[in-house]
Amino acid sequence: MYRYDEFDHDFVQARVAEFSDQVQRRLSGEITEDQFRPLRLMNGVYLQLHAYMLRIAVPYGTLNGKQLRMLGHIARKYDKGYGHFTTRQNIQFNWPALSDIPAILADLASVEMHAIQTSGNCIRNVTADHFAGAAADEVADPRPYAEILRQWSSVHPEFSFLPRKFKIAVTGAERDRAAIQTHDIGLHLKKNAAGELGFAVYVGGGQGRTPMVARKIRDFLPEADLLSYCTAILRVYNLYGRRDNKYKARIKILVHETGVEEITRQVEAEWQELKDAELKLPDADIRAIEAYFAPPALADRPEGDQAVKLARLDSKGFSEWLDQNVVTHRHPDYAAVTISLKGIGEVPGDASDSQMEAVADIAEKYAFDELRVSHEQNLILPHVARADLKAVYDALVDIGLATANSNLISDIISCPGLDYCALATARSIPIAQEISQRFASLERQREIGELKLKISGCINACGHHHVGHIGILGVEKKGSELYQVTLGGSADENTSVGEIIGRGFSSEEITDAIEQIVETYLGLRLNPQEKFIDAYRRVGPAPFKEALYAGETKAA
Amino acid sequence: MKILTANRLTDGIAVWYADGGWAETVGQADLAHDKAAEDRLEAIGAKAYADNEVVDVNLIDAEVVDGVVEPVRLREKIRAAGPTIRGDLGKQAERAA
Repeated sequence: MYRYDEFDHDFVQARVAEFSDQVQRRLSGEITEDQFRPLRLMNGVYLQLHAYMLRIAVPYGTLNGKQLRMLGHIARKYDKGYGHFTTRQNIQFNWPALSDIPAILADLASVEMHAIQTSGNCIRNVTADHFAGAAADEVADPRPYAEILRQWSSVHPEFSFLPRKFKIAVTGAERDRAAIQTHDIGLHLKKNAAGELGFAVYVGGGQGRTPMVARKIRDFLPEADLLSYCTAILRVYNLYGRRDNKYKARIKILVHETGVEEITRQVEAEWQELKDAELKLPDADIRAIEAYFAPPALADRPEGDQAVKLARLDSKGFSEWLDQNVVTHRHPDYAAVTISLKGIGEVPGDASDSQMEAVADIAEKYAFDELRVSHEQNLILPHVARADLKAVYDALVDIGLATANSNLISDIISCPGLDYCALATARSIPIAQEISQRFASLERQREIGELKLKISGCINACGHHHVGHIGILGVEKKGSELYQVTLGGSADENTSVGEIIGRGFSSEEITDAIEQIVETYLGLRLNPQEKFIDAYRRVGPAPFKEALYAGETKAA
Repeated sequence: MKILTANRLTDGIAVWYADGGWAETVGQADLAHDKAAEDRLEAIGAKAYADNEVVDVNLIDAEVVDGVVEPVRLREKIRAAGPTIRGDLGKQAERAA
């Protein structure tokens, strides 16, 4: 994985020193909250309901054991023994004292981590496919490009005060696991007919109160032009993006209001001025960054087939976990493992200090010291020999992280909601917990099949409800929590925004409503292979509306 | 009725104005029964903010239940107690201890 060079070390150390000084000046009263707020936000420090919150960057979701162990240490020493992995592949701590944050940042810097640009109107952490470098279906690892974008965007003077925050995602596979079409810029790494690497470029996706699917503005951008083209997009946005209204300030609104043809024309015109200048990436530089991401040397381990076969016979739990949480690796003797942070009735995305440390041990022992955070709030071991899968499973069972529910209805994305968040209008986590408990039976979940359920506790949509096959949005109505349901969203290569199905449900009703929707699907699907999203796209909302609301219409 | 709440600058912990200072629990918060009392609390909040004691200062609705002050809105109830999903954390845990 990427290792800091001298520049990176100096940069992060300098930022720790700078922010530590700012914190001291704030605590001593030398600077006011109005002066301090933008400074703390640039360093990932928010104020939430109960305390400050610190959001730490996990660049493109990639971690090693030492880093995860440090996160566990921070959870124990400075927080309340746990952390929350987020939909942007980052981690948040919910209880740090402001006075401890300089020490936390110093600890993070010691393992090449930081919290820079995890907030504010700048280019945020660049996210990537969590199976990058391991997936059998990718043309190349997207992370070197994410790292190039990170270097370019870090304290970029021109793009540190954008109209609004800006999010970039990269995938290297046709099957999009990075939700690129819901990002301000989505990059799909691909090869052209000549076998050269480049990107399909999408612009203007986003969720929040105005969900939009990104539009493709270029089918193939040569890899050397990555920075000049992104600069062109950012310049057009920086110049014309709306600063008069916070709710209309994202690039999605600009793309929508200007029209995709005109935006494309503007970007291309800007790019003509930039493309042959200093932003052109020399091939040697790309290859040098790529070398940091060279995959581990994967020795052949052909004994894995037999080992897995025997272990399957021995353990039903292992067999189920293998079916659900283990995916094909580009090397036939290896697999990529999803460590579910969605135990039945648990808080989606939360991990305790000791779990983080134990997972770090597992990664070091069995997974070439590589870990990923997925945008679906799980952890990933991207390279595990099939021969070691049973040992990994047993180790995960010991720490309560062997739930075999990847991509099933209980693998829920949920924002922190009103239990923590100052912006939230309703709770999300208890709803996620109740739904996961209702569908606790793995047999039933597997019968239902792939179903992405996503919950947000306010219109800002951190829980990605717009792109859930089933989405739940919590709002406050007349002093109570009310949950609106959307159906038909998805965040893959066929991204769509879900449609509101009808009136909302109270917290007491919502789990029953979800069950009703699931039962309706089971009743109308053509066969067990027809997934929820495919069935919904075939039949539309009518049968679901009928099932949820028919009684009311008749009564009225 | 209104009470004055904020988060303490140094650690961000939720606090309520009570009996001349900032209390870590809401139960004994000073109640404002009329506009004049609200103005008085607001002035106290503005001064504490200016003095860098607290941030995010707000006057919120409250009621008295069994002799104890409680916030009205769910958001404020959660601030006063802790996350509803983690009874072992926040004020509720300190009360239980």
